[in-house]
Amino acid sequence: MGFERFGIVSFASQTKAAPFVDYLDKGVLAGTKCKGCGAFYFPPRTDCHHCLSSNMEWSEITGKGKLISYSTLIYAPTGFEADLPYTIALVEFENKMKVFGRLSKEIKEGEITIGMELKYVVTKLANDRITYEFKKT
Amino acid sequence: MKDVAIVGVGQTAFVRGYEGSIRELAFDAFKEAMLDAGLTSKEIDASIICSAPEYDKQRTPAGTIAEYLGLNPKPTFYIETVCSSSSSGLRVAYSLIKSGLHRIVLVLGFQKMSEISSADSQERMGRGSDVMWEAPFGTMMPAYYAMHARAHFQRYGTSSEDLALIRVKAGTYGMINKKAVYQKGVTLEQIMTADVVSSPLKRFDCCANADGASCMIVADKEMVKSISKKPVWILGLGAGTAPITMSGRESLTGLNCARVAAKEAYRMAGVTPQDIDVAEVHDCFTIAELMAYEDLGFAEPGEGKALIRGKETYIEGKIPINVDGGLLSKGHPIGATGGSQIRTIVLQLRGEADQMQVKNPEIGLVHNIGGVGVYGNVTVLGRD
Ligand SMILES: [Zn+2]
Repeated sequence: MGFERFGIVSFASQTKAAPFVDYLDKGVLAGTKCKGCGAFYFPPRTDCHHCLSSNMEWSEITGKGKLISYSTLIYAPTGFEADLPYTIALVEFENKMKVFGRLSKEIKEGEITIGMELKYVVTKLANDRITYEFKKT
Repeated sequence: MKDVAIVGVGQTAFVRGYEGSIRELAFDAFKEAMLDAGLTSKEIDASIICSAPEYDKQRTPAGTIAEYLGLNPKPTFYIETVCSSSSSGLRVAYSLIKSGLHRIVLVLGFQKMSEISSADSQERMGRGSDVMWEAPFGTMMPAYYAMHARAHFQRYGTSSEDLALIRVKAGTYGMINKKAVYQKGVTLEQIMTADVVSSPLKRFDCCANADGASCMIVADKEMVKSISKKPVWILGLGAGTAPITMSGRESLTGLNCARVAAKEAYRMAGVTPQDIDVAEVHDCFTIAELMAYEDLGFAEPGEGKALIRGKETYIEGKIPINVDGGLLSKGHPIGATGGSQIRTIVLQLRGEADQMQVKNPEIGLVHNIGGVGVYGNVTVLGRD
């Protein structure tokens, strides 16, 4: 429980990865690291397909982010219409961890360039919801 | 190896808002394929029914459709890999025949996308990506392909105008395909000035939804002798997958599932990209066709743009691609699409493609992708 607080609209509530939201509450974006073989995962998972261990620890996403690609949506699926237009993006951090999310609306469209440096910032939403977005460093 | 052949093909017109039930839609494609092969329902040993179930009101539609087509009491199976469902169906048909379990297998793909309301459709669109980690940001199919386009532009200098040239080609052939939902040409200017859907993709970069069905009849080589005037042999089958999450992908400048599938299909068929005389590729978006040029080895990575700039993928070009208008003009009824692409290549190899006919092709290829490069099927076909 608790995972349904993640994101603008939630489609999933029950997962062993629910502590992800507790880390967001503390301002931390976390993936998981396998204690068995050392593999890093983002999105976080609670089972390692490399060594079959389920002994994982939470591990903060670190380093400077680099924008890999993005797109600005003009149409949205149900529940997101009020946010339009918004920009989704894929950003690569340290250890080649790629994180999917949205660019902050503080970044003007003309300022966006592939390869630009970004950081993540946890954002509190209405109704006790929580997410993260990418901002300029 | 010439062990398993396609001996009959059929396709309904792809339309907006088909005014009938899914079983009736399926029957139209079934009838055309059965007449093509000269078979009756009793002669079909097993059927494979393909669609994307989130658009179906009927639960487990294979049962309903098998009954309506008179295929009881023979076995029927439901196969789904979203947009590539019916080429996955062909792969299963091949294995059922090759194993000796069945001798004649029917593959029927259908989709009545208008079966659900546009509000329901809009809700489902938001759940096409990973529902835990990506859908909560408000994702859509066009936005994901747009991210691939942006990455390709950045790395290789491809432009929106290159993509527009692909749409111009699709319009050129859509005009001569009587089964296409969009039978109009579009000019470069219309394409370039159209509204943005998800940057950098604009309205004409995206294929249209449609209702439709396709049908293929597949047989072993002994049955082929007694059935078909012109069998088209399945020479190579390749299939691949990639993570549904963008985080899990190595790169966004191509689709790895397609590269894996192509390699496997070429190996099995014992051919190279240079041996392909005509191809159908999954152009759900213009950028998808451009990436397919490269993923299939028709161009080096980054060089796909040269093929379309030089009109090399037109009928008269080096490698004619989507000369039936592609998904961009035909429309994309999810479960029916792969079977429609395969039908086009079967007709090409038989020399029955009318105005769309490429000169004397011997080997054809079909590239059919499910989701945003989650599932990829590449099929190599050859004539007798
Ligand atoms: Zn491990």
